[in-house]
Amino acid sequence: MTERKIKIATTSLAGCFGCHMSFLDIDEQLVQLNERIEFNRSPLTDIKHCGPSDIGLIEGGVCNADNVRVLREFRANCKILIAVGACAITGGVPAMRNYFDLRECLEEVYLHGAGVTNPQIPGDVELPLLLDKVYPIQEVVPVDYFLPGCPPPADAFLAILLPLLNGAVPPQMADCRFYYD
Amino acid sequence: MTETTGTIFIDGKAVGFMQGQTIMDAALSAQVYIPHLCHYPGLTPSGNCRLCVVEADGRRAAACTTAAKAGQQISNNTAELNAARKVITQMLFVEGNHICPSCEKSGNCKLQAMGYHLGMLEEHYPQFNPRRVLDASHPDILLDRGRCILCGLCVRASHEVDKKNVFAIAGRGADAYLIVNTVSGKLGDSNLDVTDLAANICPVGAIMFKERGYVTPIGERIYDRQHISDVAMHEHVTEQKGDKKR
Amino acid sequence: MLSQHSELKTGNNADADFIADHLLHRLYRLQQQHRHIPPQLMVEVAREFGLPVSQVVAVVNFYSFLYQQPVGRYHLLFSNCTSCGYQAGEVNLLALLCRQLNIASGQTRADGVVSVDETSCIGMCDHGPSMLVNGVPIVNLDEGRIKQLCNLIAAEQSLDDWPADWFRINNHIRKPDLLLNAPLECGDSLKKALAGDALLMLESIMQSGLRGRGGAGFATGKKWLFCREAESDTRYVVCNADEGEPGTFKDRVLLQCHADALFEGMTLCAYGIGAKKGFLYLRGEYRYLLGHLQAVLRRRYDSGLLGASILGQAGFSFDIEIVIGAGAYICGEESALIESLEGKPGIPRIRPPFPVTHGYLGRPTVVNNVETFIAATHIVQYGSAGFSAVGTEKSSGSKLLSVSGDCRTPGIYEYPYGVSIQQVLDDCGATQVQAVQIGGPAGSLLAKKDFNRQISFEDVSTGGSFLIFGENRDLLSINRNFARFFAHESCGFCTPCRVGTRLLENSIGKIADGRATWRDVDEIKQLSGFVRHYSHCGLGHTAANHILDSLRHFPGDIQNLLVQQAFTPAFDLDAALETARQMTQRDDADAHLE
Repeated sequence: MTERKIKIATTSLAGCFGCHMSFLDIDEQLVQLNERIEFNRSPLTDIKHCGPSDIGLIEGGVCNADNVRVLREFRANCKILIAVGACAITGGVPAMRNYFDLRECLEEVYLHGAGVTNPQIPGDVELPLLLDKVYPIQEVVPVDYFLPGCPPPADAFLAILLPLLNGAVPPQMADCRFYYD
Repeated sequence: MTETTGTIFIDGKAVGFMQGQTIMDAALSAQVYIPHLCHYPGLTPSGNCRLCVVEADGRRAAACTTAAKAGQQISNNTAELNAARKVITQMLFVEGNHICPSCEKSGNCKLQAMGYHLGMLEEHYPQFNPRRVLDASHPDILLDRGRCILCGLCVRASHEVDKKNVFAIAGRGADAYLIVNTVSGKLGDSNLDVTDLAANICPVGAIMFKERGYVTPIGERIYDRQHISDVAMHEHVTEQKGDKKR
Repeated sequence: MLSQHSELKTGNNADADFIADHLLHRLYRLQQQHRHIPPQLMVEVAREFGLPVSQVVAVVNFYSFLYQQPVGRYHLLFSNCTSCGYQAGEVNLLALLCRQLNIASGQTRADGVVSVDETSCIGMCDHGPSMLVNGVPIVNLDEGRIKQLCNLIAAEQSLDDWPADWFRINNHIRKPDLLLNAPLECGDSLKKALAGDALLMLESIMQSGLRGRGGAGFATGKKWLFCREAESDTRYVVCNADEGEPGTFKDRVLLQCHADALFEGMTLCAYGIGAKKGFLYLRGEYRYLLGHLQAVLRRRYDSGLLGASILGQAGFSFDIEIVIGAGAYICGEESALIESLEGKPGIPRIRPPFPVTHGYLGRPTVVNNVETFIAATHIVQYGSAGFSAVGTEKSSGSKLLSVSGDCRTPGIYEYPYGVSIQQVLDDCGATQVQAVQIGGPAGSLLAKKDFNRQISFEDVSTGGSFLIFGENRDLLSINRNFARFFAHESCGFCTPCRVGTRLLENSIGKIADGRATWRDVDEIKQLSGFVRHYSHCGLGHTAANHILDSLRHFPGDIQNLLVQQAFTPAFDLDAALETARQMTQRDDADAHLE
């Protein structure tokens, strides 16, 4: 009898997908892992909404209303939520806009910036509205584990996932070597 | 070698000290690491970062500003103190603009290394996102106040070692910030030189050399390879002076 | 002209006698003249005083009453104290003021006529809502007066022509006892002391059991003796008249009514320790008392009670100078006060060494509170036995309380130590009391069950602030006020206090706004304990007391405001979309978040 496959959902909010790339860097171990897991919503599956999952991996910070909705959907559907990478944990590089007012940013980009033609602030309802700042995900939903790094090294994904797959509590990342960059 | 004049006990370990030494001095001479950011051996201690707070005979005290006393029982590497140190580190992170992935100091940064040392996985508190003025007026040195942790090491280094008095801290509370002692307030009008201790001692990315980006690749920098508790054992102003051009 | 006028009101054009040649005074004059201190003047002042420019910049940045951007010709600083602040009554008077003047708090109106901001307690708590107008207190403000005031400003009326009763500050001595009842003839105590040996006088102070009235309660006689014995050729006496603890105003009244006894106490101290120079460090909020204090000093010099050969005793000379602060609560901490005296930002020093051995300019220095010096004068005059007979075993003598808040007769009440809190409440006509805050925001918040406790060093210790909160007060808004106070007044030197007080302010705000959960409360508890244990000085050590007290005594007040969820976001999500909504002119469902 085969064990039930562990369902994993992943997404990138205000991120660069670099953390996803690093995850894929576990190379051949991905094959082994694939025997134990199946992906729910993820860039790897193209499933649009997060369904009930065991583990959610969130890359990127929260910069707009859509990020908030996706993040909440993940939190509601994932038993365990992991903040992956500097942007999810601290806002990261996108949060460099936090040193300016949102108003200044939008005006610079859409109204006054060099080379702007037909200046107007895009207001289409299809576009997610920007938050005043880029926030770490743990300011919006409760987060169970943190995987620092930009990106976290491939091994770090295994270090946290393998114990979880076995129903064990993963080691405190604090006990592993980790980096913020 | 000078004779010791007494013994203190740090986490049970007997550590000799000489008259006039602080707990920090004694610990460092005995290769015992007490976490610190605002302290640099050879400069007058300040006691502002509070990372080195230990329990000395049951009372909390900053190791860098508290005199060693014979027989003192000191708790240092305890879960409680390290948890508090992690809180301090998180506070320093959130009050400034510390985005490691975009910072050239990354890997050589003591604040970051302190986070590694204390197992800090996240910043925990909401970020302040301060807007502090960046000063790029100096031809060789960049002052990014957003990354300043107000440790005052550059202030003391400039005053005590370089004899130039280039920096000071102004303002109050969370609005405190580093200022430059020139009529214009600009670093470019100061006589700060790349070989000055003040230009080299910044533990974070607030005072950085220009045009040196990525000379050492990420992954090969100081704290990528060494632990802050080891690096701290080899720091001293006089040694630093012989090795100014890092 | 307005500027001339304000100098008149502040007594600044009275002779400059007894005013130290001090950086803060020079900067104050420039502030008066230019309504801010422009960079080029900072450079000039630095040159004048032989200081690095950075020190002058640091000082201007540190003190609240010195500005880098111009304030208005009428500069209004509304107290934000719970007793003399803009929210002491039902109506938010600051909001009303700002509406009337068409200005936002913290700003100078574009025409340069007026600026409005808030400031920490200005010590007018027995006078209801009060503010400083160009540094001069006006009191008993209400909606009518605010509107009238706005009309006066609109007409650019000189302060001289504002209603005189707005400036009338009463002493409100409601209950005098040991100190306030005793007649003290100028110079009598000094004559007695000089008739005997200085050590004999110190002995008498020690026998009296007098302890410092500022709050910490160090034995005064012992302090003086330590200072006397410290090795040095120069010693200093410093009077800490920087009472900034919100809710305290007894020094204001003592300076007004008993300045002679104060200066006499300082002179006795000088005699006891062998000092030739003393300073009265007066809080900037009390600058209006300057003319009066100068007059008292002048009289004492003229009577041979100060200056060279005091009372004809060759070799005993003592001079007193006044130094006026510029808006910084932390300068009430003695080592921060000394830093300020030295013309620096008020950052508390590392202690030890203590001021008795390394104080002003590194010399042995006695720093005592106004009330302590006056008590010392009393002891020398009437003997230590009478003094120690009053009060409790470990707290001899009496204590002046500044009583304010929800009571019929706010004012100064003097009691022998050991008086119960309930007694004070009964005497000042406070009924239906929910809580009292004793010792200011840094002190203790006490609930009904504790009203039988006593004011004394061994039980509830206080520097004098006694704030009463009636049953209809929202205690959390008090906590929010206090949390804000500490975040504003933290000197910024150490991490736990600099960052922690700001985090606490935000967390209390989250509860008050109804966005917090139990998880947040647990966080606040932890953070409070952390700030208490790891900060550098007393400000940080005590900054979270009010929060921990509230959680202990009034958990219901907080619980009622909590969201019954496991987690709420750190910030208001929908509010965080507001700017984008405005800029895109959207208001559809997707433009909102719950």
